[in-house]
Amino acid sequence: MPDYPSARAGLEGLQDPTGVTVLPAPVTTDAAADRVAGLDALERSGRTEKGSRGKRVWRSAWPKLLAIAIVLLAWQAVVWAEWKPEYVLPGPATVFQDLGDLITTGDFWSGVGVTMTRAATGFALAVLIGTVVGAAVSRFAPLRAAIGSLITGLQTMPSIMWFPLAILLFQLSESAILFVVVIGAAPSVANGLISGIDYVPRTWLRVGQVLGMSGFAKYRHLILPASLPSFISGLKQGWAFSWRSLMAGELLVIVPGALSIGVRMQQARDLSEASLVISFIIVVLVIGILIDVLFNAADNALRKRWGLTGS
Amino acid sequence: MTMLSVRSDQAVVSLDSVSKQYGSGSNALLALDKVSLTVNKGEFVCLLGASGCGKSTLLSLVAGLDQISGGTLDIGGRHVSLMFQEAALFPWLSVAGNVELPMRLRGVSKAQRKQRAEELLEIVRLKGFGAKRPHELSGGMRQRVALARALAQEADILLMDEPFGALDAMTRDILHDELERIWREQQLTVLFVTHNVREAVRLGDRVILLSSRPGRVIEDFAVTHERPRRIDSPEVAGQAAEITDRLRAEVARHA
Repeated sequence: MPDYPSARAGLEGLQDPTGVTVLPAPVTTDAAADRVAGLDALERSGRTEKGSRGKRVWRSAWPKLLAIAIVLLAWQAVVWAEWKPEYVLPGPATVFQDLGDLITTGDFWSGVGVTMTRAATGFALAVLIGTVVGAAVSRFAPLRAAIGSLITGLQTMPSIMWFPLAILLFQLSESAILFVVVIGAAPSVANGLISGIDYVPRTWLRVGQVLGMSGFAKYRHLILPASLPSFISGLKQGWAFSWRSLMAGELLVIVPGALSIGVRMQQARDLSEASLVISFIIVVLVIGILIDVLFNAADNALRKRWGLTGS
Repeated sequence: MTMLSVRSDQAVVSLDSVSKQYGSGSNALLALDKVSLTVNKGEFVCLLGASGCGKSTLLSLVAGLDQISGGTLDIGGRHVSLMFQEAALFPWLSVAGNVELPMRLRGVSKAQRKQRAEELLEIVRLKGFGAKRPHELSGGMRQRVALARALAQEADILLMDEPFGALDAMTRDILHDELERIWREQQLTVLFVTHNVREAVRLGDRVILLSSRPGRVIEDFAVTHERPRRIDSPEVAGQAAEITDRLRAEVARHA
């Protein structure tokens, strides 16, 4: 066997004629090491660079810019066609001028502050409750049988249906809004966690078993990290629901002294300032998109880390 | 010719008339029927058989993942680790993190497990890859990380369930050399399941041939060719042919 000179040398050293137990000397077979390293290098190569950063940004940006341009053009076309009088449906130029004036006022930013504080509080509470409920439901079979489908039912229920009850329970208060935001978002968070736990790959569970994981350690080191991608999807969906519920709440539940985005929008409607109403719609849309971008960034970072991306 | 002086006649795994039945009544499936075998300390034993011979079942029983239905199984309270066909590394941990995990679960201190993981990665020739993510490695490299993770369990017995089944021939060939080297250097006791006859003869001190449905021991072949062996050497091919004939006869019985 000409291929194994050094490995053979290592072995010959092992053959102790007296039969006494000898520790095998570390076999540093350079040829074998080279073969392994060579194969590793061959199998790992072939990764391609995907162009410069600027090119990548442009590639993802131009379709969006084009879409915005088309929407603005269509809007302007409707205005030019004089479908509605200008004071009911102002054109993009008017609206963007008003929007520009709006976002340079301190009042506006304090309104955004009120709204975002509510959103953050409500969402955080929904995540907390959703996580606890989700973990409990996936852990205890009877609980799942009892409320598993109820959670999905709650998820599909339009959150605006809760407001009459919320107002009766909490009057026109922050609590009423918070109640609806949480009840709108928590089921999505819970469902995300439940499906994440349900779909932990069997081979990972077997590894956990082989490594002797049980109880808390199993959750800490296997179940929770493994269900993270699904949990993040749940968070993302939960955020969308809580944002919708919050906007509905701010239009319906006017809490004295809290000049939120919804209240300001309602005031603009009362004053028939269509341009301002549209400005607020754009603001709400932009905030929604920005938060979605954050969730997508988290999701993408995780996928990249785990190697779940397509390439 | 006994080449390994570390090998002794001390049995670390002994099965005596072990049976395993799934289900009950008319739906009962007898996976293993009165299987008796022993694996001695430092030995490399290959379990070979066609589909349905219960070889993976046998490993699960030895690993304690499943309960026997009859007979006695004694591993003397020793620790076992188990490797599968898939590396099944956790993607949320780095390569080193995966190797450290068994130690973390045992409560080994951070500094110690970091050092041990480095040693283990060096043993499987993956020094410098500790910070990588599993998906950045090739299939063969991932399987070596899985081996390092199994070694990190500091178990007395290493069970391997077709660990190279999903790899291409070249990678498998090189990993045979690597496994043989590590087995010798680390003085492991290995129970290795495969359906590849040549692989069994290439690696094993003994090849135990199992029948199918239910699994029974047909014959226990001693493999005495000098190590290191080559899978394409005439001695390995010759004995593999002999075992293959027995296996074919067994498969034909089910026609």
